[in-house]
Amino acid sequence: MKRAPTHSYPGLNLGRRHASADKASEVVTFGFWVFLMSDLVYFGLMFAIYITMIDAQAGGPGPAELFDLKSIFAQTLILLTSSLTVGLAMLALKYNLPRWRIVFWFCVTLVLGLCFLFLEIRDFMSMAEKGGIPQRSGFLSAFYGLVPLHGLHVTAGCIWLIVLGIQLRVFGLTDLLMSRVVRLALFWHFLDLIWIGIITIVYFGGLTYG
Amino acid sequence: MTTNGSGFFGRLDWDSFPIAGLIQNPNTNEIVANAAAAIVIVGVIIVVGALTWFRLWGPLWRDWLTSTDHKKIGIMYIVFAIVMLARGVLEGVVMRAQQAAGPGDGFLEAEHFAELFSTHGTIMIFFVAVPFVFGLANFLVPLMIGARDVAFPVMNQISLGLTVSAGMMLMVSLVVGEFSTGGWTAYPPYTGAAFNPGVGPDYWIWAIVVSGIGTTLTGINFAVTIYKLRAPGMKFMRLPMYCWTIICSSILIVFAMPPLGVAALMLAADRYLDFHFFTNDLGGNMMNYANLFWLFGHPEVYLLVLPAYGIYSEVFATFSAKRLYGYNSLVIATMSIAVLSFTVWLHHFFTMGQSALINAVFGIATMLIAIPTGVKVYDWMATLFRGRIRFSVPMLYGLSFLMLFVIGGLSGVILANPTVDYQVHNTLFLVAHFHNVLLPGVLFGLLAGYNYWFPKAFGFRLNEAWGRVSVALWTVGFMVTFLPLYFVGLMGMPRRSFSWEDPSFHPYMIIAVVGALIILAALLSVVVQLWISIRNREKTRVPVGDPWDARTLEWSIPAPPPPYNFAIIPHVTDRDNFAAAKERGTAYPSPDAYEDISVPLNTGIGFILCVLSGVWMFALVWWIWWLALLMSVLMLASFIAWTFKSETERIIPAEEIRRQHEAWLDLVHNSQPVDRDYETAPENRGLARPDLEAAT
Repeated sequence: MKRAPTHSYPGLNLGRRHASADKASEVVTFGFWVFLMSDLVYFGLMFAIYITMIDAQAGGPGPAELFDLKSIFAQTLILLTSSLTVGLAMLALKYNLPRWRIVFWFCVTLVLGLCFLFLEIRDFMSMAEKGGIPQRSGFLSAFYGLVPLHGLHVTAGCIWLIVLGIQLRVFGLTDLLMSRVVRLALFWHFLDLIWIGIITIVYFGGLTYG
Repeated sequence: MTTNGSGFFGRLDWDSFPIAGLIQNPNTNEIVANAAAAIVIVGVIIVVGALTWFRLWGPLWRDWLTSTDHKKIGIMYIVFAIVMLARGVLEGVVMRAQQAAGPGDGFLEAEHFAELFSTHGTIMIFFVAVPFVFGLANFLVPLMIGARDVAFPVMNQISLGLTVSAGMMLMVSLVVGEFSTGGWTAYPPYTGAAFNPGVGPDYWIWAIVVSGIGTTLTGINFAVTIYKLRAPGMKFMRLPMYCWTIICSSILIVFAMPPLGVAALMLAADRYLDFHFFTNDLGGNMMNYANLFWLFGHPEVYLLVLPAYGIYSEVFATFSAKRLYGYNSLVIATMSIAVLSFTVWLHHFFTMGQSALINAVFGIATMLIAIPTGVKVYDWMATLFRGRIRFSVPMLYGLSFLMLFVIGGLSGVILANPTVDYQVHNTLFLVAHFHNVLLPGVLFGLLAGYNYWFPKAFGFRLNEAWGRVSVALWTVGFMVTFLPLYFVGLMGMPRRSFSWEDPSFHPYMIIAVVGALIILAALLSVVVQLWISIRNREKTRVPVGDPWDARTLEWSIPAPPPPYNFAIIPHVTDRDNFAAAKERGTAYPSPDAYEDISVPLNTGIGFILCVLSGVWMFALVWWIWWLALLMSVLMLASFIAWTFKSETERIIPAEEIRRQHEAWLDLVHNSQPVDRDYETAPENRGLARPDLEAAT
């Protein structure tokens, strides 16, 4: 691959005049990728644990009784759409659109993230009504170790959206904040990626092999 | 111990303090436990008293606790590691004494002995080896690659804060409640709520989780620092060997710390929320824990020993006055070990029910690691071969390492054979093996590094004579303590037994406790060496900065280095760039122009998170839920508040840098170069006379 002379991170609009800021954001973005790799190992291991414990239902309710694919479908649509909207925030940054456009797309993403969390928690509550609580079996422990971990990441992402939105309002588009927008977008896409793994392995895999 | 956790202080009450046990039931066991608690309390009082008496709170806060300078953070890591080392060694001595007091039950109760081997292992791995290794790395890596700081200075400070607060939990467990009795591996279901309802395993869990987060952040920091912040011209194959080992360690951390965090948090879910990951009933499966723990545990030993290999590589090259032999093969060997370390975890539980085929695969993978390690040993010996060797303190540690480590490595190859492992697993043979790799490998390496780089950090050399005494005591103490354990292990003595009956074990136990006392003397000799060196520091100052005629970039700057490290970022043209510059006569160049340098501002966030996370852990251990919740909110709030700070750097003006740098250059030009034969003499002010000049 040819090395690009400027614009290591095209969303940042940092030109030749911003060489030092460009360099700083390159370091910090790379560091964030490394962090995501480490985080990915967490999820990878939780997936592995789930797979080994899929049969450990100990006579309790299994995937067929507990999983509601309609709700999962809705959650998937919402989360994928939120990835689109956070991407639109990135495009607004890239094309120097007014700052309110970024904040607007952040707000849309936040609403979608909260809708996702609402549906997820509603699912957990309906599972609990059917006896699907983590204390019931190893299988359910593994489920509740993995899916809420993703939910916790979405929650962290929502807090980050709020904080960064406020900071954009207060400080304007500084170099530092632009690079944070890039990292937040990366994080949000990462959550989507994990969710794809969850519907495939936890829900489809659980219904097939559970 | 009450299990009722509904009160304001959770399950914390008067019976949680060991003094209550002493009053109710005064015996040797309680006296030892209370003495340990008293040492912690007296230690804290002495430190607080000394800081107040000498009016050091202000400087401590301004210059150290809030500093984001990688050099100071590194030094704080090492101070912490040495304090914890003292506790770890003392525990080792008490354990050896207990076993030497047999046959029979000795003077400690079984529970107390189990606490001792659990804290000893946990402390030595997580709170001695890791902080010492990364303390040195903190100090050295930016200097070696020609950078002004690590990639994320504030995150670095937070890592230190989390490591220290987790280590403090082990100290607190001496004074309030008790520590886990489940060994440093804390295998469930024994450590689960059903068998161990007390606070012990909870102390272990939260100390591991929090220090694990700190270590992961450190790993990310150093990987990024070495990948992204190298000076111009510092290509990968020009990196000092030590930096290669730190890259490998950082990669291992990034991928190997998550399994530990997952395992510990799942155990916490079992204990706190009644989950069934590892319980005996309702589908729990403890083999998942064993696999997760060792998926971390095996890479862990390599992430500790690889940096020690790096230190030895630098020491052997410098004190043989030669280029490191076989640099390329050492790089490949280091990387190979890093990769292979992820393929062998199962050899820690050969006996736990896998098929013979799986055991054979992992046994062979384990033996494969001996190949790159052997390459390294030969490379080091070839570096020594026909070198102009000086038997200085770091070199003596290195030679002691070469001989003893090969024995430890070979006993590892023996253990890698599953059929042999079935015979000797869970015996003292194993204990002898891993102490044989960890002491000569990691600890001697760290002490060699401490002696080698001390003048760079503080501007004066350590006392040579006491250094030699120290090497001798560590080496002899190690051999007398641990080599007998190989024999007694082959005779069948189980590890971790507080009581034994077979009289044929007795002589070995007596020899081992004598060795433990020699190791204690070795630890004291390190302290004495430091004390004497500080007292005589005026005679051993090396302000020019290169006392050993060394080879890498960190020696080309003043000792101690200025906050910005390099007045002018060097342009690297060679491996061992400074040695090459000295040969060409281009060392210590006078720059034409100076530039403003920005360095990170001090911040209190690391210290704040240290305190908050410490209280948070304590609250969780003792089920003080309101406090745990409060601390969680405060941690999150203080972190978010920190992200609102926009001023993060201060500028040191070019004029100031010119003044300091030119003063130092004057010192360089006015100093008398010293030949290697006189490097321990007072004339050594840190300017070395290279060989070529001596020949002419």
